[in-house]
Amino acid sequence: MAKYTYPEEKDLQKFVVARYRKAWIWQTLFLGSLLVAIVSLLALLLNVVDGAFGYVAYEFKKDPSTISAKPIEQLTQQELAALLQANLSTGAYKKLNNETPMGERSESDLYGLVLERIIQVDTKATYSLSDSLFRKAEIQAEVAEKYPKARLDFRYWLTPNFLTSPQSSKAEFAGVRTAILGSIWLVLIAVTLALPVGVGAAIYLQEYARKNSINTLIQTNINNLAGVPSIVYGMLGLAIFVRAFEIFTSGAMFGIVDANGRTIMSAGLTMGILVLPLVIINAQEAIKAVPDSIRQAAFGVGATKWQTVWSHILPSALPGILTGSILAMSRAVGETAPLIIVGASTFISQDPSGPFSKFTALPIQIYQWTARAQSEFHNIAAAAILVLLILLLTLNASAILLRNRFQRRY
Amino acid sequence: MKENSIMQPEAPQYAIETRDLSIFYGNFEAVKGVNLKIEKQKITAIIGPSGCGKSTLLRAFNRMNDFVPTSRVQGEILMHGTNLYSRDIDPVEVRRKIGMVFQKPNPFPKTIYDNIAWGAKINGFKGKMDDLVEQSLRGAALWDEVKDKLKQSAYALSGGQQQRLCIARTIAIQPEIILMDEPASALDPISTLRIEELMQELKKNYTILIVTHNMQQAARVSDFTAMMMLYGETRSGTVIEYDDTKKIFTRPGDKRTEDYVTGRFG
Repeated sequence: MAKYTYPEEKDLQKFVVARYRKAWIWQTLFLGSLLVAIVSLLALLLNVVDGAFGYVAYEFKKDPSTISAKPIEQLTQQELAALLQANLSTGAYKKLNNETPMGERSESDLYGLVLERIIQVDTKATYSLSDSLFRKAEIQAEVAEKYPKARLDFRYWLTPNFLTSPQSSKAEFAGVRTAILGSIWLVLIAVTLALPVGVGAAIYLQEYARKNSINTLIQTNINNLAGVPSIVYGMLGLAIFVRAFEIFTSGAMFGIVDANGRTIMSAGLTMGILVLPLVIINAQEAIKAVPDSIRQAAFGVGATKWQTVWSHILPSALPGILTGSILAMSRAVGETAPLIIVGASTFISQDPSGPFSKFTALPIQIYQWTARAQSEFHNIAAAAILVLLILLLTLNASAILLRNRFQRRY
Repeated sequence: MKENSIMQPEAPQYAIETRDLSIFYGNFEAVKGVNLKIEKQKITAIIGPSGCGKSTLLRAFNRMNDFVPTSRVQGEILMHGTNLYSRDIDPVEVRRKIGMVFQKPNPFPKTIYDNIAWGAKINGFKGKMDDLVEQSLRGAALWDEVKDKLKQSAYALSGGQQQRLCIARTIAIQPEIILMDEPASALDPISTLRIEELMQELKKNYTILIVTHNMQQAARVSDFTAMMMLYGETRSGTVIEYDDTKKIFTRPGDKRTEDYVTGRFG
């Protein structure tokens, strides 16, 4: 037998210390990687929050004191309506009245109209949250010098109004309601397509397909499809849903006239195809996690394959399938590129009325606002990003909750 | 080993019999040339060292091996004169008549009640379900322990109770034969004893085939014993001796059986 040498007794302690040192170096490196990740995420979040709040310097085109004796914040609903009638041209007033009669409009709505149409807020400069907090004096001096007539207010760009207002050409009055509704429609259509098709495909692949080369090829391709850039799905959606199936996606076959294929339906179906591989893979994992002993138990009492799948495998896999679907939904909410290609409208102030209307979506709205030159649009873009992030976090958190709630132990 | 030299117990009634049964996984012949005649309403034990194909043989009886994609069967398994592997026999029908209890207790992730009712329901049971559940649980000596918690999850039961629930689930569909694949190997000695007592009750109505690697268990519970062993160049498992349990354990006809049952196997 060969003679093996180990450290001698006296060197043992030194040797162990050396091993601990090596382990410590690696541990520190891993901690470092974690810190890099945390710092980048924090930077992202701070950057967004930085833009969503801060000082605004603005002027009134018309001094409120010249049109009303009382401060306009204290006016009643009727007084505001009267103010609008007195200061707007007859045509403009009539148009507003035709959209929604003055008597039915709320006080805050009328107040907004007075600000927008008569007083006309003119934003001169906006400042980030960090500047507003740490350079307050400098900002005040700068505004006093550059815009002597301007007022300086601290503004939260993310307000309840921001959530409920439609798109507007003036950043101060613009909101994300249209975009949120568009996103909701989109996700609903995508999930309606992807969930049944995806779960069906997963059941087939997992429970019925034999392990032959064709099925291995299909499986590999599904895994690859999940990694295909989303813009490619956009091209697919444009060619198939927008163009080839225009008669369906424009709603023409349901009697909607004068429309094209660039509708919520096209975009939703495109998103559905995009998240389909994700749903399939997640559902497959969930089905795979159901132990074989359950299948054997069912077959052992004389069940057919379908009875086994329907009564035991699907119920056991359901939490996992739902978790996967919610993650797929959050992917669909955040995707931008395919929407640009299938033709989301960048400016639209009307709520979508159904699956065949034109639409916009949150990421599109953000993209469009960040591309504007005026700095106040960057602020509302930041606010919209916060909305999107909160939406995504809510979806992901509900996925985790669902998983923990229904997790089964065998 | 020629089939003639395997002594067949003398009895007129057979529940099921195999004829030159060989089971393949791909090209590997896992079980080779088995000829067994299993007597009605008796307990037949299949013993032998690990990896000799005991479970494979047992699973062939209710066609559970069909789920192994590469598995293939040669020869016949006859029940009432019909070959279970002939083309016009559906494995679902076979499993309806030949129930199975597995090594690890595997109740459905449902209530105790549904564990029994489900199998009956899918097989078209038309009577009163409550009665069937009670009768099956009584048959598996579990009724008194669970009668107040039928709507609770089966996973709340102990391992031994779960295994008896699995037996209740099997007898609820009233099979003719019950296959047991090391049914007590995951249980403690007391639960094991209860399962063994239960088997003695069950054999009044059912034919039982049990695979066990516990020699004492085979000696205690079974009426007949089949001794399996790896054999020949291909290392295929086959039955080398099949006889009265008493005889197998006291005067085995084969030297290898004697070595095995006396613990001198090696």
